Amino acid sequence: MLRMASQRDYYGDKLIELGYKMPNLVVMDADLASSTKTVKFKNEFPERHFNLGIAEANLMLFAAGVSLTNKIVFVSSFSMFASGRAWEMIRNTIAHDRLNVKIVASHSGVAVGEDGYSHQATEDIAIIRAIPEMKVLSPADAIETQKIIEYIAYNKGPYYVRLTRETTPIFMHDYYSNNDFVEGKFIKISDGNDATIISTGSVTFFALEAVDILRKEGINVRLFNASSIKPIDKEEIIRSAKETGCILTIEDHNIIGGLGSAVTEVVSENYPVIVKRLGIPDVFGSSGKPKELFKLFGLTTDNIVSNIKYLIKNKK
Amino acid sequence: MIKRIKVFSFFKLFFKEKGLIRSKKDKELIKLKQDINQIRKLIIDSVFKAGSGHPGGSLSAVELVYTLFDKFLKFDPDNPKWEDRDYFILSKGHAAPLLYTVLAYKKFFEIEELATLRKIGSRLQGHPDALKVPGVEVSTGSLGQGFGVAGGIALGLKISGKKNKVYALLGDGEIQEGSVWETAMACAHYKLSNICAIIDVNKFQIDGRVDDVMRVEPIDKKFEAFGWRSIRINGHDIKQVEDAYKWFLEYKGDKPSVIVADTVKGKGVSFMENKSEWHGKAPNENEYKAAKNEISKE
Repeated sequence: MLRMASQRDYYGDKLIELGYKMPNLVVMDADLASSTKTVKFKNEFPERHFNLGIAEANLMLFAAGVSLTNKIVFVSSFSMFASGRAWEMIRNTIAHDRLNVKIVASHSGVAVGEDGYSHQATEDIAIIRAIPEMKVLSPADAIETQKIIEYIAYNKGPYYVRLTRETTPIFMHDYYSNNDFVEGKFIKISDGNDATIISTGSVTFFALEAVDILRKEGINVRLFNASSIKPIDKEEIIRSAKETGCILTIEDHNIIGGLGSAVTEVVSENYPVIVKRLGIPDVFGSSGKPKELFKLFGLTTDNIVSNIKYLIKNKK
Repeated sequence: MIKRIKVFSFFKLFFKEKGLIRSKKDKELIKLKQDINQIRKLIIDSVFKAGSGHPGGSLSAVELVYTLFDKFLKFDPDNPKWEDRDYFILSKGHAAPLLYTVLAYKKFFEIEELATLRKIGSRLQGHPDALKVPGVEVSTGSLGQGFGVAGGIALGLKISGKKNKVYALLGDGEIQEGSVWETAMACAHYKLSNICAIIDVNKFQIDGRVDDVMRVEPIDKKFEAFGWRSIRINGHDIKQVEDAYKWFLEYKGDKPSVIVADTVKGKGVSFMENKSEWHGKAPNENEYKAAKNEISKE
């Protein structure tokens, strides 16, 4: 039986745990504490949680300031506003000065669903990744979310962590029962030499299903969970390009500027092979159930299967 | 006896009027004025040598910033991160020549380094870089951001139960930025009585008069409406500037404070005064000489 859990719920729980261990941990939100689940921390440590109202620019600036008084600051909002509205505050103040601010942005991608395009950040990886000093992490499930939150709490400097709204399958527990999160390293979920899939976020579960289907047909696919988008795992990308000859990237993000672009940058400079990017094809999202939207944009197990077959046929 | 005292008093008054004897306070004031003059000269020097930069908005805030550093701000140039220091944030980061000059004058680094302003490889970037320059608390330049960071520092100090004060200098054009008012709201909401904003109202921005580009007055009333206490002063009158900082430091309530200081853009150099074109332009050789000459005569 598949276990389901919400990344943001697990994030909120982890904050409480860290709150007990780290007296200098402060959490800030911008009127979305009940959605991002920082409200859990607020209920436990009301004196260390600050709501800055619907004002994301000042949210980031206050977080920067508080971090300068020897505090570790977690800030949360929806990905749309955390990355978009406050981009320049992140760029000019938090990133440049390498401040100890951890931006944990929930409700990323079209997985937001019914709220529609205005709340579906499909550009955040691109715009945050382009900022020097910023690191971009994107967990695949709730277990990995907690590992990443723990990791960034104890590592200095600015981070952007991308969470999803939906309750999604848990499939990283086996790996993380023996391992901690390592920045800059992909996690190999399955091995094979016919093709490579590099995927990030909760949609990685569809890739896992596709790999199982393909294996039954005698096609062995190497699957990576790319939870560390920046820094990226150059070594694994180049090795996979050499050993499998084709790569499929999967993300709930515009195919421009996201994981697919990041992988392509490495491949084209080091060992050019065919790379196909599955994601949102440079259009705005829309209202609908997350499942329906994933189908609309081809983020499905079936589409992954057919794309892998296409790549294997067309690789050199 | 009475007669002798009268005669003595008469002579004392006579010499005082002639400027021949001075009280300790008078001497302090004279020294402060000389330092301020010297800082104006150094600003002109560094902008001239750089060949670019922002003289107008640096010159307008010399009294405001130097008086703070000289008389009120707690700092240690040998230990810029001293835990009990007060924080000064130059939110109007383009007045970097002013901040650098004051920091050099207060021995955070050598005065000679001012000649490297804006040059390749220099620590003295066009806008203040906290990673490079001792005494710069946070990098600024993108308007409005320093003020928000100052608010965050004030909040961080408050929740740590610390007594340090936080000062942020903003321009009047700068407060057109929306985030300034987000910050103003948050400082009042969280009762940050440890922050003092100083608005350098020099009435000009790059494109012209603030009143013509985008009116921001009444600044004091706006801040009051956002939950601040305010005082309006002449930012070139040292006595008024000192009294304003005392007004902030002696306050026991829970509101944030703002000093709204009317100033003259380019103050001290007549051809730069009240001219928006001197917002971000360096003087040529002749203008440089004329400017130095005029300040020396003060």
